[in-house]
Amino acid sequence: MESVVRLSPKTRLRFDRHSGKHMLLYPEHGIELSQTAADVLGLCTEARAVAAIIDGLVEKYGDRERDAITRDVVELLQGLADRGLIGEVEP
Amino acid sequence: MTAPRPYTLVAELTYRCPLQCVYCSNPLELARHRSEIDAATWVRVIGEAEALGVVQLNLTGGEPLLRTDLETIAAGARRHQMYTNLITSGVPLSRERLVALKDAGIDAIQLSVQDATREGSERIAGVDWWREKLEAARLVAEVGLPLTLNVVLHRENLGRVDRLIELAEQMGAHRLELANTQYLGWALANRARLLPTRSQLDRARDLADKARDRLRGRMEVLFVLPDYYAGFPRACMDGWARRFIVVAPDGLALPCHEAHTLPGFRFPNVRDESLEVAWNDSEAFRRFRGEEWMPEPCKSCDKRHIDFGGCRCQAFHLAGDAALTDPACRFSPHHGIVEKAREDAETESTAAYKYRSLRVVT
Repeated sequence: MESVVRLSPKTRLRFDRHSGKHMLLYPEHGIELSQTAADVLGLCTEARAVAAIIDGLVEKYGDRERDAITRDVVELLQGLADRGLIGEVEP
Repeated sequence: MTAPRPYTLVAELTYRCPLQCVYCSNPLELARHRSEIDAATWVRVIGEAEALGVVQLNLTGGEPLLRTDLETIAAGARRHQMYTNLITSGVPLSRERLVALKDAGIDAIQLSVQDATREGSERIAGVDWWREKLEAARLVAEVGLPLTLNVVLHRENLGRVDRLIELAEQMGAHRLELANTQYLGWALANRARLLPTRSQLDRARDLADKARDRLRGRMEVLFVLPDYYAGFPRACMDGWARRFIVVAPDGLALPCHEAHTLPGFRFPNVRDESLEVAWNDSEAFRRFRGEEWMPEPCKSCDKRHIDFGGCRCQAFHLAGDAALTDPACRFSPHHGIVEKAREDAETESTAAYKYRSLRVVT
């Protein structure tokens, strides 16, 4: 939770006018994002602590969802880190 | 059926190339496609691709760096919000050019090397650009562009996969593509020399698997089997006219970069028609789209949504008809052609290489 993360410089987060969703683009590939994933990654364009990202989502979706949000955020970030799309930075 | 959304435009800017690789996937009759559409046409085509849904642009060839108007094309791509990948041999490249390309709109570089040694590379490329390629990789890291290292594998370099992994690490690549030769174009002409044995493949794949685990999060390691050994065909282009549009140097719009080697087609040219009409309405793009066209054993096969019947060009070049099941499939009635090639690979061939021609001197 203390770790500070940021989207890798090789990625580009952009709105896709065709689907009305956000996309994460990286070399020769891309992922269409759900609204919550887009909310998370929108907070990762600058270096940010994972705890602060969770707080940001809780603010939007409500404190009742905190456990589910925490689980989803950690899972999403870990998956993207394994693919080198998000990196840990020095706090 | 309604046309699906394309995501990637593969722009083959030229067939000119300073290398003469014996596995080049460009068509054998390069000279027939010598004319090249200009930068203004390319930018128009990229805009039309964006309107269809394309978000990824691969600038390739031949060698795209030989186009002196590459910066103009890259700038146009940026205006259309493309994620633009430059797929290059790294020759000829200076620091100034690379910086100009990055500023114009290139987002990522895919650099090819032919082998982990200078001698091995020269044997495959027909020319020695080893130092230039190492320098290109160094420059890419220096200017801060993401680097994918691409190596086409075959029986001559499969034994050096460990050294290729080391090389990619030294270069700071974020992705290493160890992609076995697919036997089309020049590679089919040189198949007897290039096709590996199963034991060579197994050893190399094992090394790639270990590297993937060790490097997780730092470098993605991809290992693609040759479809001759996979048992099932590869999902060529993710399905005919489904996700990719290729435009050849002379403006032909194609569902894959080999499709203009198929007889009985009239492919639209972007000089005369919009990409939208080509993608949505042309008979050539519609012919093998979806499942209607499929013969048995594809038609009733569970895997038809996974491999889309395989490669249409391979069906034509091996079995004589583009509308057949890909002979790489173990269920194809023509699979014996592939089995025979695998048996032959157990004996080392002494056939001379046919080097890709239409060479330019830079």
